[in-house]
Amino acid sequence: MKTSTNDLILRTTTTLIAFILLAFSIYLFLAGHNAPGGGFIGGLMTGAAIVLMYMTYGYDAVQKILPVNFRTMIPVGLLIAVLTGAGSFVFGEPFLSQTFKHLHHVPLLGDVELATALLFDLGVYLTVVGITMTIILTIANDQ
Amino acid sequence: MFIAVLLPLLFACLVPLLSKWKNAIHTGWFVLLIPSAIFVYLVRFVGQDFSPIRNTYPWIPSLNIQLDFYLDGLSLLFGLLISGIGALVVFYSIYYLHKSEQLGHFYVYLLMFMAAMFGVVFSDNIFVLYTFWELTSLSSFLLIGYWNHRKGSRYGALKSMLITVFGGLSLLGAFVLLSVVADTTSIQAMLDQKEMILNSPLFGWIVAFLFLGAFTKSAQFPFHIWLPDAMEAPTPVSAYLHSATMVKAGIFLIARFSILLSQTEWYFFVVTGIGLITLCWGSFMAVRQTDLKGILAYSTISQLGMIMAMLGFGTKIALFAAIFHILNHATFKGSLFMVAGIVDHETGTRDIRKLGGLMTWMPITATLALFGTFSMAGVPLPILNGFYSKELFFDSAIHLDSFSGWIEALKMAAPYLAVLGSIFTFVYSMYLFFGTFRGKANVEELPKKPHEAPIGMLIPPIILVALVVIIGLFPNLFAESFLNHAASAVKGAEIEKHVKFWHGFKTPLYMSLAVVGLGTLLYLTRHKWTGIYRVFPGSLTFNRVYDWMVDRSEKYSSVITNSYMNGSIRRYVRLTLAAMTIGTFIFLFTTNGLSFTGTSTAEITLPELFIVAMMIFAAVATIFTNNRIAAILILGVVGYGLAILFVMYRAPDLALTQLIIETVTVALFLLVFMHLPELRKRTESVGTKLTNAIISIGFGAMITLVGISSFNSKWFDPISDYFLETSKELGGGKNVVNVILVDMRGLDTLFEIAVLGIAALAIFGLVKIRRNDKEAK
Repeated sequence: MKTSTNDLILRTTTTLIAFILLAFSIYLFLAGHNAPGGGFIGGLMTGAAIVLMYMTYGYDAVQKILPVNFRTMIPVGLLIAVLTGAGSFVFGEPFLSQTFKHLHHVPLLGDVELATALLFDLGVYLTVVGITMTIILTIANDQ
Repeated sequence: MFIAVLLPLLFACLVPLLSKWKNAIHTGWFVLLIPSAIFVYLVRFVGQDFSPIRNTYPWIPSLNIQLDFYLDGLSLLFGLLISGIGALVVFYSIYYLHKSEQLGHFYVYLLMFMAAMFGVVFSDNIFVLYTFWELTSLSSFLLIGYWNHRKGSRYGALKSMLITVFGGLSLLGAFVLLSVVADTTSIQAMLDQKEMILNSPLFGWIVAFLFLGAFTKSAQFPFHIWLPDAMEAPTPVSAYLHSATMVKAGIFLIARFSILLSQTEWYFFVVTGIGLITLCWGSFMAVRQTDLKGILAYSTISQLGMIMAMLGFGTKIALFAAIFHILNHATFKGSLFMVAGIVDHETGTRDIRKLGGLMTWMPITATLALFGTFSMAGVPLPILNGFYSKELFFDSAIHLDSFSGWIEALKMAAPYLAVLGSIFTFVYSMYLFFGTFRGKANVEELPKKPHEAPIGMLIPPIILVALVVIIGLFPNLFAESFLNHAASAVKGAEIEKHVKFWHGFKTPLYMSLAVVGLGTLLYLTRHKWTGIYRVFPGSLTFNRVYDWMVDRSEKYSSVITNSYMNGSIRRYVRLTLAAMTIGTFIFLFTTNGLSFTGTSTAEITLPELFIVAMMIFAAVATIFTNNRIAAILILGVVGYGLAILFVMYRAPDLALTQLIIETVTVALFLLVFMHLPELRKRTESVGTKLTNAIISIGFGAMITLVGISSFNSKWFDPISDYFLETSKELGGGKNVVNVILVDMRGLDTLFEIAVLGIAALAIFGLVKIRRNDKEAK
């Protein structure tokens, strides 16, 4: 992935598709509670989008756009997952007790449901993105 | 009594500190205090007609194991022997071992052994007894291997360890059974309720295991082979362990339990039979030896056999004689070992073929040896204690209780075997004395110029020989003060025995005279008949059996291990799968687990059939392709087929995940395999291929059958209904799968992502570390 291709069509479509993919992955992540999706699939989809960018633009270019060390996302994601679980201790509940609340008449969004499970799913999401990218980049960059 | 056990152990901790000054003062002088103090403490009980003393200290109360200590006549006799001979041996070792030796080690081991022996004889609790029993094996192992730079020492130590620990573990088996049957761990309590133990169906096993333990420890036939090899130990150790104390632990055990065991006729048959065989075999083999300590070792074996035989006789006079001979043997055999040590120390060799005519050089030693050997031979002189016990032995051998059936034959044979063993005893005793101290002196050929030993080395054997004579002159002094008491403890009934100086012209005396006459004849003509040893036993010794067993067990175990552990992962996988298949099939068919009801199956649609057929085709194709990339891509077909099946069975989350994961996996495989060389042409034989095919088909069939059977046997309502009902209400989500993943079973998810994280970091680490290695090169 060191060399970027000269394929103009691929580059142009990637600008479009990568963002659609990213948006779709965020949709999957957020919709997980009530529709197919969730942190795991969302994370994988995000990973796929980023991999596509790497394949099209090359390693150096994407590193410049996304200066993220994907390895650190693994512990961050795990930490979030553990902390949301431990958060239930504050309320005297067992580990990983989840709760949810419906908010009505929020401006712009209307009725929304806020669930602590989403925070946990965020941990899953970040971890999965970190894992996918770490594995693929490590192996791909190995000469 | 607790202090007798504890004191040597505590003092052993101090010895390393004291041995720092060994150049100024020999460590043995400090150690000498301990057995002397205990001896003085125990002597106070002698002569009183005391009732048994019992002390209890809690150790593991929940398992009913207390440090019960019990002092009666029998344990008093052994306690006196251990402390008395122990003191003499420590004294002797001060002069025997040079200061340049590792004295700290020696005395630590010796004190450990002493404490263990006190523990064995004083314990009333069987498990405490077993603990000390193994401690004697352990410390004896350390003492035999004291000069561990010698090959012979290591061999002897290992041999004695293997045999005595084998017996020790049998003993543990006997003790566990005993404690289960009797529901107590106290020996005295067991003896009190012997009827219950006798009627138990486990009694046979108890007896067998107990005998194994006692016979191995006391070097009885055919477990005697460790004792001659244990002669590689320093001579004080041989004198202490292998004549006076440890080898009598088995005797002690039989004596202690004889109230219980002697209720059966088998007891007479086994103990007497083994004892007499050991007596004859040991004395027969002793004549063949050329090493002084070798003669003494076989002599010890033979004398132990004699004591064992007397215990087996079980009559009052025999038990008294056994107890009497335990004391006598300890005195004369201890002194003879010390004499052998002196000869070794002063001439540099123990080979009796090189020795001779030492009487003029070492008159005191020769005198001591004269008393020792003549007492051992049972020469009819009323000043030697060995004569009395031998007379009593013959007396008891001809006055046996009558037995039923063919056991009676042993009773008839006993006196003849006793005389036979005694004749050879006489021969090797004479050989030992006259071969070493009389005859032609060839002083020039000896490694050292012989001279009399220092007085310190002579004092302990002088004391022992003095005891030989004192017991010989005043046997009743000892009999009345504690030997009767000890014999009564063995019999469980009062034994009052007065040793007479003169039995009159009765059968035992004639037997003794026959022994002396025939023994003298055999000794004088020994050059003519010792050739018989080349024919019998010739090379047929039990040592060869032992070596063969050790050698074979090593060989076969390595053959067995190598037969399945050949390092090939294919073979391990094959074995694992075959074992799983066979085990599951056996379980399925023996428990009627197999079921084909087929009632709850759904309709099969055409698209399903099509997808499944495609997957089967792809799966079979992977087996026959010889190209890696092709195999990966075909496997991808199986994965996508599975995703379609998930869609059909309305599992959108699974389908999504399966699709993405399959893609990622295929991409990763391609990335990794790009660098690998082409697949080699497989060169397995047809047989291997056939085995592999059978195992894989069997495994597949097994999984299929298990799947069908488990689908057809629904024993419980599934929990999924609960999830479906409460997902919205409790988890606030309509996607039940996701609610289960993050809410109801969130812990699983937490650790799954942890697993993935670890895998990712591990891959990163593996790749990077390999690269660093390359750079380092």
